[in-house]
Amino acid sequence: MADTVATMIDAGFFAALLRIATPLLLATMGELIAERSGVLNLGIEGTMLLGAMTGFTAAYFTGNLWLGVAAAIATGAVVGLLMALLTVVLGVSQHVSGIGTTLLTTGLAFFFYRMIFGQPAIPPSVTAFQPLPLGPLASLPFLGPVLFQQTAFTYLALLAVPATWWALHRTRWGLNLRTVGENPRAADTAGVSVWSMRIQALVISGAFMGLGGAYLTIAQFNAFTFGVISGRGWVCIALVVFGQWMPWRCAGGVLLFAMIEALQLRLQAHNVLNVPYEIFLMLPFVMTIVAMALVSRNAHAPAALLIPFRKEER
Amino acid sequence: MIRLRLERRAETPAWMHVALPVLAVIATLILCSALVAMAGAPVLDAYGFLFLSTFQTLYDVQDTLVKASPLIWTGLAVAVAFRAKFWNIGAEGQLIAGAMAAGFIGQRTWLPAPTLIPLMFLGAMVAGAAWALIPALLKVKLKVDDVVTTLLFNSILLYALMALLEGPWKDPVSNYPNSPMIREEAQFPILAGDTLHMGVAISFVAAIVVWWLMERTTLGFSIKAVGANPRAAAYSGLSVARVLLGAAAISGALAGLAGAGEVGGIRYQVVSDLSSGYGYAGIVIATLADLNPLGVIPAALFFAIIMNGADAMSHETNVPVYLANVIQGVALLTMVGGRLFASYRLRITRASMEVSRG
Repeated sequence: MADTVATMIDAGFFAALLRIATPLLLATMGELIAERSGVLNLGIEGTMLLGAMTGFTAAYFTGNLWLGVAAAIATGAVVGLLMALLTVVLGVSQHVSGIGTTLLTTGLAFFFYRMIFGQPAIPPSVTAFQPLPLGPLASLPFLGPVLFQQTAFTYLALLAVPATWWALHRTRWGLNLRTVGENPRAADTAGVSVWSMRIQALVISGAFMGLGGAYLTIAQFNAFTFGVISGRGWVCIALVVFGQWMPWRCAGGVLLFAMIEALQLRLQAHNVLNVPYEIFLMLPFVMTIVAMALVSRNAHAPAALLIPFRKEER
Repeated sequence: MIRLRLERRAETPAWMHVALPVLAVIATLILCSALVAMAGAPVLDAYGFLFLSTFQTLYDVQDTLVKASPLIWTGLAVAVAFRAKFWNIGAEGQLIAGAMAAGFIGQRTWLPAPTLIPLMFLGAMVAGAAWALIPALLKVKLKVDDVVTTLLFNSILLYALMALLEGPWKDPVSNYPNSPMIREEAQFPILAGDTLHMGVAISFVAAIVVWWLMERTTLGFSIKAVGANPRAAAYSGLSVARVLLGAAAISGALAGLAGAGEVGGIRYQVVSDLSSGYGYAGIVIATLADLNPLGVIPAALFFAIIMNGADAMSHETNVPVYLANVIQGVALLTMVGGRLFASYRLRITRASMEVSRG
């Protein structure tokens, strides 16, 4: 069996790994930004689903995939704004707000999809994003097919990690955002608006999540299905914990996760293991919990995570 | 210069506990009427079907009561857990655990017939409690976030059930991934009409029992104390971890009973689509009830009406049935938003100069 596995790990395997990682990288970076500002965004699962729906719908009717991307980003940003209204302005429990946002956006995605498309025998589809070979880089041995023959989405996702790291750890804005998540009182005293930073973080976070969702409906696949997200958002929340709220570590967690996912897909396709496919579907969730249990001892979440901020109260 | 200020009320007036959910529901229906209009249906007609179609015959009322039963169980489950600040988003999975146990016990041919139903109830409670205790233990022992674990546990058990139903648990004579039927003696007696089973009555009584437990016993007091202020509770000698585990076990057992009701009272076999989101609806119901077990009954009835009525509405008016899902989400958000306004008072003050920062 070891031989079979070895032959499966080729360039195609790593290319598939990156395709699986793309939506997770985007949504995980989104969740990370929100949590570093002190807000747990449990709206992630629904935000991804609604982004997947609006992104697909816009691309379907305009025939322009990039308008689909724009629609998904805008949708995510609006949902982020709703989360901000609830958790920042009103200061409602972040758990309940997030679950409510996910229930609402999930309902909206189903409602509008059914309203717009009805129940056709063949689900409507678009011509999805095609791989975009990056010039001479694409013909590099091994690295070419893995890294440089992906869709524009995957390049975006791979850029999102250094961009998030740079924004959070190398800019004034990022320092303010992290301070707001660690010690909002100090940030406020220093003249940083806690509310403004958190609202910005949630809007950006939602935009990333919407984009991640749209990848599934207009790049990896070419149609919207009700189960298209199927828990990916929840996994991203766990990956942020696993990555200790650090961009690079979170990205590492995503890649590790995607590797196991890609491996199981190959094992399944080659019929190496005689195991029900549901076990493979279950595996990522079990892994996530084990990983969280392993890192939990020395995990240190942003100190002000889950705590609403009010100027008047001390 | 006029300033708006929010001031925390010393105490929420009693009438607000009743008025607030009613107002939240009204606000929800107003907000959602925009969606009905977008779907091209007259709003009043659509809402008429949504609510009134479930009252047309006695059968409709009976169906509403049957639908309310699992919602009462999951609503109670969430209400108890949230009181202790154990964020149990896993009632869906605990329901499945209960259903699996009840289905397994109900098929055993070697069990004496009269013990079947009591053992199904017991088994469902134990299975639901066990499935809730694992995340609770992870939270208490390893500080793993309970929201994420309880959520993921839903998917884990659902996939496990699907694998079982296509493998060892599959009914050999069926082409579908269903378990064999439970024994006839394991089917819950029908109390009235043709679907109103014993489990429905028990769920309504359970709401009163859970209310008594939370309001009149030391355990209930401890759960509320730990939820309100774990540090103060620990200081006064309570074991926060043990109370939390207790609340998780009760919560899981209640959700598990929802599964027993679905298997023993309705389906008579285990299938993978036992719950149409009852676990998540439980969160909305418990919140709307302000975590009061007695309030869970009207809240569950309300959502049972909407879930059943949505089918009639979409059939008659082309408004997608998923309006029911949207209503759940909006109701949850308007309720938590409204509760905030109830606990604060908006003050308009005149300030001539910038007041120094408090």
